[in-house]
Amino acid sequence: MSAPQIVGLVTAIGLFLLLIELLRQRRLREKYALVWFVLAVIALVGAAAPTLVYRITDLIGFQLPVNLIFFIAFLVLFALSVQFSLELGRMEERVRTLAEELAILRLEVEQQNGIKDDEPPVDEV
Amino acid sequence: MAADTIAAMSAALPRTLVVVPAWNEAATVGEVIAAIKREVDVDILVVDDGSTDTTAEVAGNAGALVARLPFNLGVGGAMRAGYRYALRHGYDVAVQIDADGQHDPADLPELVAALHGADIVIGARFAHKEDTYSVRWLRWWAMLLLAWVLSMVTRTRLTDVTSGYRAANRRGMAAFARHYPAEYLGDTVESLVIAARLGCVIRQVPVHMRQRAAGTASHSPLRSAVYLARAMVALVLALTRRWDIE
Repeated sequence: MSAPQIVGLVTAIGLFLLLIELLRQRRLREKYALVWFVLAVIALVGAAAPTLVYRITDLIGFQLPVNLIFFIAFLVLFALSVQFSLELGRMEERVRTLAEELAILRLEVEQQNGIKDDEPPVDEV
Repeated sequence: MAADTIAAMSAALPRTLVVVPAWNEAATVGEVIAAIKREVDVDILVVDDGSTDTTAEVAGNAGALVARLPFNLGVGGAMRAGYRYALRHGYDVAVQIDADGQHDPADLPELVAALHGADIVIGARFAHKEDTYSVRWLRWWAMLLLAWVLSMVTRTRLTDVTSGYRAANRRGMAAFARHYPAEYLGDTVESLVIAARLGCVIRQVPVHMRQRAAGTASHSPLRSAVYLARAMVALVLALTRRWDIE
């Protein structure tokens, strides 16, 4: 087993352990964990059987295996960025709706209680 | 319009809520509320869009209801909250007026009266020749284009689709309470497209422009170009997006 292969294996296994630990601590949600696990598996397979990477490279017609790896890495990172943007947009919309409802509710409570609220608004977080 | 006509219209006004979105408008919002109260007998809701100045206090002291957003959402957020409040509290009509004093509340009865044949009425600036309100050519061109496309979408002649002076009946309110985009220009152009596609009838009424009581609108060429580009994006998105129709 060559040195780069060992580095690759250790990295892939490290990634696995990190994901499991994050899931165990409930810091990573399952819906995000899946794609990362698939990536870790691909990294593990690639590190354990480099000949497979060479064969796929030939099959698709890339000049170098590293091109294939960069190509896949680019696609995956792009897909993840898009997913995060979508999630962020959904969160923003929810936060916006909650803020609007909060403003309405606060006014209604003030109206019912006859309280005059002079507190300044909460600072933006 | 003669004063007695206004008085007659004012007397016949349906249960109306004037919604004023305000972000750091403490200098003008008090006078805007006072001006509305001088013209018509309506409830006024100021939606304080996360102001860091005394907008909420000034508005409250001037006799308006004040709903405070915990942080700045933009006009779209403030207005959607306003329309939701109007809908829930059983108002027949909701009128949106800017807090900077550029809209003349004297036009309000005419806007509300025009709701007899429409669900949403826009108070269009530039419709009077004597108006001194001017805009740069690029921005003017963008507004013309927007107006042209919006006229096609709404099947009526509109000349000023970016106006923040508008009245809505309960049908219009329901459309705005569900979809009032918070993005740039979404609050004006896109919200109209959405309302039209939800089946609302849209009309416009000419209104008088007043000089902004405080602050100036920025009209540098670069900003106008950016405005045009963003307007196009907003328009294309609005026309191609899908809106769930009840």
